[in-house]
Amino acid sequence: MTRSEQRTVSTEQRTTQGDSTPEKQVTIERSNTVAPVEGAPDGVITLKDLEVFYSDFRAVTDVNMSFGSREITALIGPSGCGKSTVLRCLNRMNDLVPGARVEGAVAYHGVDIYGEDVDVIEVRRRIGMVFQKPNPFPKSIYDNVAYGPRVTGMKVSDMDTVVERALRGAALWDEVKDKLKQNAFGLSGGQQQRLCIARAIATSPEVILMDEPCSALDPIATAKIEDLMVELASTYTIIIVTHNMQQAARVSQRTGFFTAEADEKGQRTGKLVEFDTTEHIFGNPSDARTEAYITGRFG
Amino acid sequence: MSTKTRDGGRPESGGHPVAWEGPPVDLTAQSPRIGEKIIKAVLVGAAALSVLVTVGIVASLFAPVAEFFTHVSVGEFLFGTEWTALFGDKFNWDDKSWGVLPLVTATLMITLISLVVAVPFGLGAAIYLSEYASQRVRKIFKPILEILAGVPTVVYGFLALTVITPILKPLLGIEGIYSMISPGIVMGFMIVPTVASLSEDAMSAVPLALRQGSYALGANRMQTTVRVVFPAALSGIVAAVVLGISRAIGETMIVAIAAGNMPLFTADPLKGAQTMTGFIAQAASGDTPHGSPSYYALFAIGALLFVMTLLINMISIRLVRKYRQAY
Repeated sequence: MTRSEQRTVSTEQRTTQGDSTPEKQVTIERSNTVAPVEGAPDGVITLKDLEVFYSDFRAVTDVNMSFGSREITALIGPSGCGKSTVLRCLNRMNDLVPGARVEGAVAYHGVDIYGEDVDVIEVRRRIGMVFQKPNPFPKSIYDNVAYGPRVTGMKVSDMDTVVERALRGAALWDEVKDKLKQNAFGLSGGQQQRLCIARAIATSPEVILMDEPCSALDPIATAKIEDLMVELASTYTIIIVTHNMQQAARVSQRTGFFTAEADEKGQRTGKLVEFDTTEHIFGNPSDARTEAYITGRFG
Repeated sequence: MSTKTRDGGRPESGGHPVAWEGPPVDLTAQSPRIGEKIIKAVLVGAAALSVLVTVGIVASLFAPVAEFFTHVSVGEFLFGTEWTALFGDKFNWDDKSWGVLPLVTATLMITLISLVVAVPFGLGAAIYLSEYASQRVRKIFKPILEILAGVPTVVYGFLALTVITPILKPLLGIEGIYSMISPGIVMGFMIVPTVASLSEDAMSAVPLALRQGSYALGANRMQTTVRVVFPAALSGIVAAVVLGISRAIGETMIVAIAAGNMPLFTADPLKGAQTMTGFIAQAASGDTPHGSPSYYALFAIGALLFVMTLLINMISIRLVRKYRQAY
């Protein structure tokens, strides 16, 4: 996927009250862009009536969506809309939050990962995660990448090969191959984040979750990670939460837009407003709230 | 901006006027800010006090220690295996043996025993509180643990003498009422809260993001604790253990009560033996006349204790630097 592609996403003026909104154009020019998709996702992960509570607080409700394998799905929406909460349900990271409760189903290949005899370690080995802030362990670069295979007891004949393959996969090998024994904290922020991606793919997951992976990085590092994501999408299913709408438009094939609505008691609960191909969401959104958000009128 | 100074003082290269046509501006201080100067002086005094006290201790040790070593050779003191400082004529230097090794080995033996108790229990408690316990349990547990550190050491001494020794006596075959193992174990309990509380602080300070990263890779709680949290907190944990060692070496009351007053050069923990602090307590509370040999011996042992603690602190600083995993 090296062809140069220019994708122009424009929003028509569609206002309910007839007043005009300034037309906004987002022009994205990149060497590396995912191919658009048609039809429904194949549902490698499917959410059915997902509802998440933190103690008594209902954070997200009524989420029904499905993720396609080897696609990049972006979850967007204003702060507090529950998109990160939904993402963390997909590999049961919410288990770590005291008082968190998940209702409904999160089906991975048709199996509810919240089912009784599901081993959370198996889930997390297959569904990896990259966090908002790079969080390498205070260990060597090598040990960071080897950590996942070691703790999950993966049968590895040659760890060096696994580490090299993961670092190559994360487009970091050439930069670190001579200093694998050095502490990961010596790397720049962008390199650290790619190391975290290498760490995640070292366990050979099928799905990689990314929680605003570029929000702590500068634009150049961000561009590298975005290129990497597009490349990884030929092997992995990627689900990314992002605040950056251009990023969602650039890298994703499908986009889910979330928003939070307050009930009569003022409790704000997140909801999935619209889920469609990225082209559709950014070009011709069906819901007025989606359009308002992506044109920058709210959120 | 290499010329910028931290306290807002004028950089050396400053003060060059530049032509300016507009109205002048006065940038000089509008008040002398005396309050700040007073506060600074008070804080400097507070910081200087502890340094002065340390210097004072070293200075006060110097003269008597020098006097001691005019009568006893350094070699005899450090390598002799018999200590009979309180025997015979109080003012005679020559009818006594001045080998400090029996006191040193007893000190180290009891310290070692206490660490064998304190390190596993202390770290176990720290790991439980930091990684496993719920917020509620931790809130209840930690203050209780810290109360243990506030129990007067004389109470621990009697616990060793009247509870632990009678229990161990039939089990291990301790002959007299004094032993090194009993005060060692009790001292271990005394140090547990120190080790546990400081290690727990160090482990709790490890960022949650590291734990999440570990869990997200499929690690379980124990793997996360052992492979990520523990190494990241290691420098704090080493510091906690070293503080425990320092307390054990300097601890006086427990050993004076439960280890006995007989200097004995032995590696058998079931026997009683006098420690360095034990001798100081005995000689200082007995009738040791000013200027007598045992009077000077007090200072010599005090100085040795000082040097040992200093060495341990220096080694620990090295260790901490070596194993530090900054995050």
